[in-house]
Amino acid sequence: MPRLSRYLIRAAFLYLLLGFTFGALLLAHKGVPYAPWLWAWRPAHIEFLLMGWILQLTMGMAFWILPRFWQQPRRPNEGYAAVAFVLLNLGIWLVVAGTTFRAGNWALLSGRIVEVGAVLAFAGHAWGRVVSREGV
Amino acid sequence: MPRLTRCYIKTALVYLALALLLAALLALPYNLPLPTYIRIMTPAYFHLFLVGWVTQMIFGVIYWMFPIVNRARPRGNEAIGWASFTLLNVGLLLRVVGEPLVSLHPEGWFGWLLALSALLQWLAGLLFVLLAWPRVKEKYRGG
Repeated sequence: MPRLSRYLIRAAFLYLLLGFTFGALLLAHKGVPYAPWLWAWRPAHIEFLLMGWILQLTMGMAFWILPRFWQQPRRPNEGYAAVAFVLLNLGIWLVVAGTTFRAGNWALLSGRIVEVGAVLAFAGHAWGRVVSREGV
Repeated sequence: MPRLTRCYIKTALVYLALALLLAALLALPYNLPLPTYIRIMTPAYFHLFLVGWVTQMIFGVIYWMFPIVNRARPRGNEAIGWASFTLLNVGLLLRVVGEPLVSLHPEGWFGWLLALSALLQWLAGLLFVLLAWPRVKEKYRGG
């Protein structure tokens, strides 16, 4: 498993823990109310699990197992995937700032735009690796 | 494919079918007589899909395909994997049953079902991460 995949997958695991923690706190509060302020964390719970866990894990797995080239570099345009890793995590926290921490709509909007940038950067890396064994 | 992975993936497929069946029921017109219990199951639908199907499928594939720890214990402590699988599914089912009950009978004791469900699912996630974390590494080359 290449280093960038390890970063992406470990980060995804951390978001899984964060998402499950806030999800568990919210669900327990729904059953036995104890902290109404927890509802503010619902958007963060969703963001952590959809973007931080599922999307980030998918990127990590794709970087690892998509077909590699015969010659070096075997995973071309690796820099684009690294940029995607940084942008995705920046975007997640901007969205959380804009929703849970009420930093303003600019944070939510810029977070979403940064996440689009992450996806485009990752596509820039992965597109050329979506090929048959014959390389077409 | 290890037995735990087969259980994860088959269970995930069952949850997918259940989630989509529930989605179909939730899409029925409001003038059709449908128990209120079903009408308020939208959060249960989301979690059947995202926890029961997506996350459980991912857990199964990770347990199967990630690099092994070593030859003696290739996938780490299997008992932790079974504990995570059991806790996740018991927790999720408790939620599916308990959440509508809490909405319909907020004065009852059903709320504790949700608290228990929350604890079980959280433990399941924690155990799985503990099990899988050492396998996020380069390919095992012996030694």
